[in-house]
Amino acid sequence: MKTVHELNEIARDVRMDALRGIHAAGAGHPGGSLSVTDILVSLYFNVMNVDPENPKMEGRDRLVLSKGHAAPALYSTLAHRGYFDTSEMLTLRKLGSRLQGHPSMKLCPGVEMSTGSLGQGFSAAVGMAIADKIDGKDRKTFVITGDGELQEGIIWEAALSAAKHGLDNLIAVVDWNNLQIDGVVDIVKKVAPIDEKFSSFGWATFVCDGHDMQALLDTYEKAFKVSGKPVCIVARTHKGHGVSFMEDQAGWHGKAPDDEQLAQALSELGGDR
Amino acid sequence: MADIKRTATRQAYGEFLKEYGAERKDLIVMSADLSGSNKTDLFEKEFPERFIETGISEQDLYAEAAGIALSGHVVAASTFAMFAAGRAYEIIRNSIAYTHANVKICATHGGITVGEDGASHQTFEDIALMRVIPEMVIINPADAVSAKILMRKEFERDGYSYIRLGRAGVPDVYDKDADLQIGKAVELKSGNDIAIIATGIMVDAALKAEELLAAEGISARVIDMHTIKPIDEDIIIKAARECKGIVTAEEHSVIGGLGGAVAEVTSAKCPCKVVRVGQQDCFGGSGKPAELLEKYGMTAADIVKAAKGII
Repeated sequence: MKTVHELNEIARDVRMDALRGIHAAGAGHPGGSLSVTDILVSLYFNVMNVDPENPKMEGRDRLVLSKGHAAPALYSTLAHRGYFDTSEMLTLRKLGSRLQGHPSMKLCPGVEMSTGSLGQGFSAAVGMAIADKIDGKDRKTFVITGDGELQEGIIWEAALSAAKHGLDNLIAVVDWNNLQIDGVVDIVKKVAPIDEKFSSFGWATFVCDGHDMQALLDTYEKAFKVSGKPVCIVARTHKGHGVSFMEDQAGWHGKAPDDEQLAQALSELGGDR
Repeated sequence: MADIKRTATRQAYGEFLKEYGAERKDLIVMSADLSGSNKTDLFEKEFPERFIETGISEQDLYAEAAGIALSGHVVAASTFAMFAAGRAYEIIRNSIAYTHANVKICATHGGITVGEDGASHQTFEDIALMRVIPEMVIINPADAVSAKILMRKEFERDGYSYIRLGRAGVPDVYDKDADLQIGKAVELKSGNDIAIIATGIMVDAALKAEELLAAEGISARVIDMHTIKPIDEDIIIKAARECKGIVTAEEHSVIGGLGGAVAEVTSAKCPCKVVRVGQQDCFGGSGKPAELLEKYGMTAADIVKAAKGII
């Protein structure tokens, strides 16, 4: 178990390596990667039962990054957790790399579901949790979605399924950064109030600060106490969190920083680390 | 024709699931509000704990199926062919095929013989759509007997596939001991004037066409191409070499399905005339299956006409 301070340090390093990867690739999604980092780090380092030495370990908890475009954050988290060396981040999106533009479960160790086409990972995670119920396996499935992603119809089909099956082994975390490619989610197509929508679909819901490690950890604890219902944690985040010129800017959804921008971003995040 | 026994391939599917479910405890069956129509209810009654009803949610059906399969199960997931191959297309592509999930997409009510429901429910595009997905296995059985044999083979294999099943009853073509292999077509009648390569319910029409042609002194070879992908190239090349031409017959668009697949093989390996009998790039409509097959040109007479056109 890591302390909150340690988790914050790891998250900083994860952000830096995610940005190094995107910079080396010359393409990728920094905004959503930076917003989801604290959620990923808190889950992989303090919550999930996983073994980087044995990624297919029987009985492991599973996580599906349904917002697959935040792959750099997932890869960087997996690398720092020990699934592979952080130097591999510089192969991101390159020919022959295990670190595809969007996560491929066939290539990258630790990736449980190939995602990228929004909404599908959420529904697949519901399937995984159903399978565990049928098989009597006592483990969790985590699924992370974007808030813009909630505009996909399949999300709500699957949300109904999860409630129908009483999937208390499923925890969805919404990376609620309120930005999507074309602008502010509330304007493009409003999905708020997200917690009320999931509540009305039969889920237990919690809202927390998605950049406050202690708040995230406390919320997971509450989520584990829920019985008979799937849980949705709406984590308030900021796109581009940690880098001043990227923060809350929709323009940084899918654009790589240039040399100068990377240097500034790394300096803001970690000083001379 | 009332004395001929007719069984729908969807019925064979339901019976197969019931039998196979007793043998394979890891088999999960899923349906999207059509369990009575697609006959998955036969499995549901026996194994309710392994049956999943998704309601009217075809996208969720197939992505969930992927999640369940990737957890170590073999999954049969069913809805009408229109909504499986059509509505859920990209989910099948990205969540099932790209992940190599062991999901059998068992799509019932394919083609024009859906009948009275009309154009919105009659798909002629499904095989074409599925064919372009990498490594998709596509099976389109001719009758209930071969449907059961082929499904057993396919369910024993670890991988994803599209199995097209029909609503209307079809006469038995095979006996239950037939030795059928996925990817290996069957020569049902030998002949050297013309080759008729048929799939699904059109195999029965091809056999009738063979009789009609024989009465006019034309010898027709009849091939059941029950597996459209991977296609049996050898049997096509042999037919192209030994006959004057090929007629393909399918209850599907003439674009992109069996006809397209056969023409792809012949054009590269042994060019010959290929005439495609099937839906001629138009929508269907309401009516009885037999009336529709006649209206849209998918009968034994249409095959005969095409064959004579080549000779």
